[in-house]
Amino acid sequence: MTLRIGRRAGAVVAAVSVAAVLAACGGGKQPGGPAAGGDGFSAWALTGGTEDVFKAQFDAWNAGHPDDEIAVEWFANDAYKEKIRTAVGAGNSPTLIYGWSGGTLADYVANDAVVDLGDAAAELDERLIPSVAANGEVDGKTYAVPNTHTQPVVLYYNKEVLDDAGVEVPTTYDELLDVVGTLKDQGTIPIALAGQSVWPELMWIQYLTDRIGGPEVFQAVLDGKEGAWSDPAIVEATTKIQELVDAGAFGDSYGSVNADQNADTALVHTGKAAFVLQGSWVYPNFVEAAPDLVESGGLGYTTFPAVEGGAGDPANIVGNPSNFWSASADASPEAQEAAKEFISTEVLSDDVVDDLLEIGAVPPITGLEDKIAEQAESDHPSFVYGLVRDAPHFQLSWDQALPPEQSQALLNNLSQLFLGQIDPQQFSDAMDATL
Amino acid sequence: MSVAVAPRVSEAREQRARRPAPGHRRGPSLWMASPALVLFGVFAVVPLLGVVVLSFMSWDGLGDPVWNGAGNWGRTLADPVTQNAMKLTIVVTVVSWLFQTPVALLLGVFMSGRQRYRAVLSVLYFLPLLFSAAAVAIAYRALLDPNFGLGSALGVPWLSQDWIGDPDLALWVVLFVIGWCFVPFHSLLYQGGVRQIPASMYEAALLDGAGRVQQFLHITLPQLKYTIITSSTLMIVGSLTYFDLIFVLTNGGPGNATRILPLDMYLTGFRSYDMGKASVIAVILVVVGLTVSLLLNRLSGANKMESQMEGL
Repeated sequence: MTLRIGRRAGAVVAAVSVAAVLAACGGGKQPGGPAAGGDGFSAWALTGGTEDVFKAQFDAWNAGHPDDEIAVEWFANDAYKEKIRTAVGAGNSPTLIYGWSGGTLADYVANDAVVDLGDAAAELDERLIPSVAANGEVDGKTYAVPNTHTQPVVLYYNKEVLDDAGVEVPTTYDELLDVVGTLKDQGTIPIALAGQSVWPELMWIQYLTDRIGGPEVFQAVLDGKEGAWSDPAIVEATTKIQELVDAGAFGDSYGSVNADQNADTALVHTGKAAFVLQGSWVYPNFVEAAPDLVESGGLGYTTFPAVEGGAGDPANIVGNPSNFWSASADASPEAQEAAKEFISTEVLSDDVVDDLLEIGAVPPITGLEDKIAEQAESDHPSFVYGLVRDAPHFQLSWDQALPPEQSQALLNNLSQLFLGQIDPQQFSDAMDATL
Repeated sequence: MSVAVAPRVSEAREQRARRPAPGHRRGPSLWMASPALVLFGVFAVVPLLGVVVLSFMSWDGLGDPVWNGAGNWGRTLADPVTQNAMKLTIVVTVVSWLFQTPVALLLGVFMSGRQRYRAVLSVLYFLPLLFSAAAVAIAYRALLDPNFGLGSALGVPWLSQDWIGDPDLALWVVLFVIGWCFVPFHSLLYQGGVRQIPASMYEAALLDGAGRVQQFLHITLPQLKYTIITSSTLMIVGSLTYFDLIFVLTNGGPGNATRILPLDMYLTGFRSYDMGKASVIAVILVVVGLTVSLLLNRLSGANKMESQMEGL
């Protein structure tokens, strides 16, 4: 029995109660200024990371368009994620919507909240690495364009620790298991894992599933095929995860390790742990916290090991292909035009590409090999660039790819799987129920 | 009809005669309550009604809410995660009370005394109350880190446990930190309560030969009855809706080990964007919270609180 109530009345009730809940939580600070929902051209962007590169783009736009300046508000990552959805739902979003593509973008498109970027994205599209650009498309149309660097998940390791233990970098899962055994016997934590944050655990199931069954396995989940989570590849991946946990691969206190405070990378650069599987966004943290280790070449990075007999290409990667701009359908026509012009002239322009390369970040643009080689620090960017360029498939992190409700259920069940509270079969059953 | 009503009317008239006439009611005009009432209405009653309506709808934050009847209610009550959250909430409420009340009571009694260094110690006990819950949570997360926290700093291996990563330990750690935050507040209530007890009572008890323990049991405790009720009500209703510290410290993890009902509501609403289900949990919280505080009021006789100082 479903009954659609009037758009306005429903939205008002909903918006009022959400606003009140936020206010009651003390989180309802409404930023002032000429921002969201107005007729002007506006954007919400994120602090930290490549903030300065974005600032430069906005400044360049303002210098060229004194009559149509962009109103920018800055948010911290988590606060932004919670705020933007309510704003989009209430028709109050900024003109440019910062996003991660995936399930949220599909939701926006399904609700006609964002516009088809069409020709505005055409020129940029040609320069983009295809596996990254694909994330901005829904039903063959481009609704989002990459706006910053690409961030694959990489296996980082401390070479000094491996040398002391006398082990080689593993290239297959079985080798990894052997290395884990050796390191554990010597009293080193084999792999640092920020279990308290839960999302780093995703990287393990993502890579293992891809190596065992290829990208099709998760695609079936995205398509909502019945029983997709019971695919033998996923069951094997979750079984291997528990095998690693039982072998002590993550030490006995990974549940207290938090990625927000970089406690996982700290374990590696202090030599308490050997490996960490993390997004390439942690590299600047290594450079900052352990400059000696990085300069002496003591920090290694490699691709995730292959699984013998697995169907997936070992060159496949997972992570954040990039972050994306979309243009709000609720913005005024003038603001939408401005947004499209901004996308075609400023986003990942040559200046932006140079700015990103300068801070060691890798934009998802083709043909950058020479430019990267000219940088002062070119080893890590070259590695990341090669990884992304040569990857047949770049899987967006599952928690972003899935609709929010399913991704929360995934994080919840995955955390229980790592804790051994549920077995692989229970994991698959619980996740199948969300399809 | 009118005959039957007549006696009541006269009764009412009699009553009215005993009270001051409405127009000449003593005290300030009711209009002076209007700013508070308007605020309460706009920010509490209206959203509350909105949440009740939303609890019968499906809404993911985008698009239009769709009427869903009692579907959300059945789904929420059958959800093992929410059921577990309800159990945890009860545990948190009960254990918090059992842990905080005796500690706060004894500390409060100590703080109200005249001992040496009492003032200095009181200031120290009071400090946790001044810190924001988020700061406390982040600080404890760092202190309890098994690799870089207190254990490794002090070289005490026992302190390097998987405090907030082990499902069997995490809840107790959370309860301890909550207690650490709130004991100062309740101690303050008890300190004030003890200071109100007339010294003559203790003098009389002393003459009758009562020892310290007897004085505490027979004078201090009974005299603190209403303070205990106030403090317990705040503690119990507060535990039912406690959120921020746990959100930052463990985010409900590991697994669901610390996912209490208010946290479950938030995560369902603002992470899963399942506003219907989150609203159901919100309504449950409101109903339970109101019932519990009304019951406490009724059972404890707080609504007929009277002075215990008569004859003094």
